[in-house]
Amino acid sequence: MVIGQITDGIVLDHITAGRGMEIYRTLGLGSLGCTVAMINNAESTKMGRKDIIKIGKIIDLDFTVLGYIDPGITVNVIRDGKLVKRDHLTLPERLINVLKCKNPRCITSSEQELDQVFRLADTQTRTYRCVYCDSKAK
Amino acid sequence: MRSLTDIKELTVGEIDGLIETALDIIANPKKYEQRCDHKKMATLFYEPSTRTRLSFESAMIELGGNAIGFSSADASSAAKGESVADTIKTVACFADIIAIRHPKEGAAHVAAINSPVPVINAGDGGHNHPTQTLTDLLTIKREKGGFENLTVGICGDLKFGRTVHSLISALSRYGGIKYVLISPEELCVPEYVKDETLIPGGIPFEEVRDLEKAMPELDILYMTRVQKERFFNEADYLRLKDTYILTPDKLKEAKPDLCIMHPLPRVNEISVAIDSDSRACYFRQVQNGKFIRMALIMKLLGV
Repeated sequence: MVIGQITDGIVLDHITAGRGMEIYRTLGLGSLGCTVAMINNAESTKMGRKDIIKIGKIIDLDFTVLGYIDPGITVNVIRDGKLVKRDHLTLPERLINVLKCKNPRCITSSEQELDQVFRLADTQTRTYRCVYCDSKAK
Repeated sequence: MRSLTDIKELTVGEIDGLIETALDIIANPKKYEQRCDHKKMATLFYEPSTRTRLSFESAMIELGGNAIGFSSADASSAAKGESVADTIKTVACFADIIAIRHPKEGAAHVAAINSPVPVINAGDGGHNHPTQTLTDLLTIKREKGGFENLTVGICGDLKFGRTVHSLISALSRYGGIKYVLISPEELCVPEYVKDETLIPGGIPFEEVRDLEKAMPELDILYMTRVQKERFFNEADYLRLKDTYILTPDKLKEAKPDLCIMHPLPRVNEISVAIDSDSRACYFRQVQNGKFIRMALIMKLLGV
């Protein structure tokens, strides 16, 4: 299968195989109005199989959300056909208004104008906890 | 400006410093009676309290300062729907330091990040209660001489007991502590206490159901109340509330220098017959609360 190179845009590489569509939906790529290519189960020497998303336009990406969904992703920014920037994502230290605290005793349950803030409590287990009540993100 | 919402915000050195100051206040009270001259503390209590509020207010008064505030949410603009953040910004216009108790977990954190003056968490739901922990540490220091090589039994409601979580977090930073966690299965310590403190710290602990079996090895027995206000379902409360009742016959196998503590109020989990036993420390613990709060107020105000 041949998918053409992009001149200006973003390539999300090293997406865990099977997570591509979740990222596509979360980032709202379907409503961009430009070419978006989704490649599922591409062969990868590093990962065995991976997903890749090519976006035919340079957009502002929420790296925090992206890093939370799949911290192994590589973000390549292409300008005039050349790679101008490459970011390797990691799990974000804080998530603001990405998750919602489910603890009914948490202050965020009664004061809903508060930002929903979670901190990374354990990188290995990818555990996030609410900064207000310490409840684990579910 | 600094606040205290969680005991983990204090280093071991800072805790030791507060305890030293409290011991000096006990020994030389006159030296401290003008330290907070013309300073005001606001005590914002959205939940009922006897000891904590009066302890904060008497601490401030004994330092030469004054106390203002409210003792129920109904007596504040919270009853009109005012947010914690707005209340704090308002109160900070009148007070030099704020102590807040609130039924919701994390309310003190919201207060601290919105306040231009120091905020002290006086209890946020079942979450944290750092000044109770400082009180407990001062009590252990005075009763046992230090914090190392102690077997600490904590009994009762370990799930919602905020004093328990803070105490485990603080004591775990000293060496040679072993915990015996005594509770019904439904009220055992939350996962995060184990995941973030006990397990990574390699701190020995066991979770047991039987208080009497655990008794002989304990240096400290920390009793807690099953808190009715934390249950959504009254039937669960009624089923669990009488699980552990400490009576003189249960102390038969206890060490002669056991230190029996309780953050109070008690309902029936410690029989009044224990009060006259010299090992009962809980009313001495209340008194220690005032001294350590005096030390903390001075530290946060920088006086």
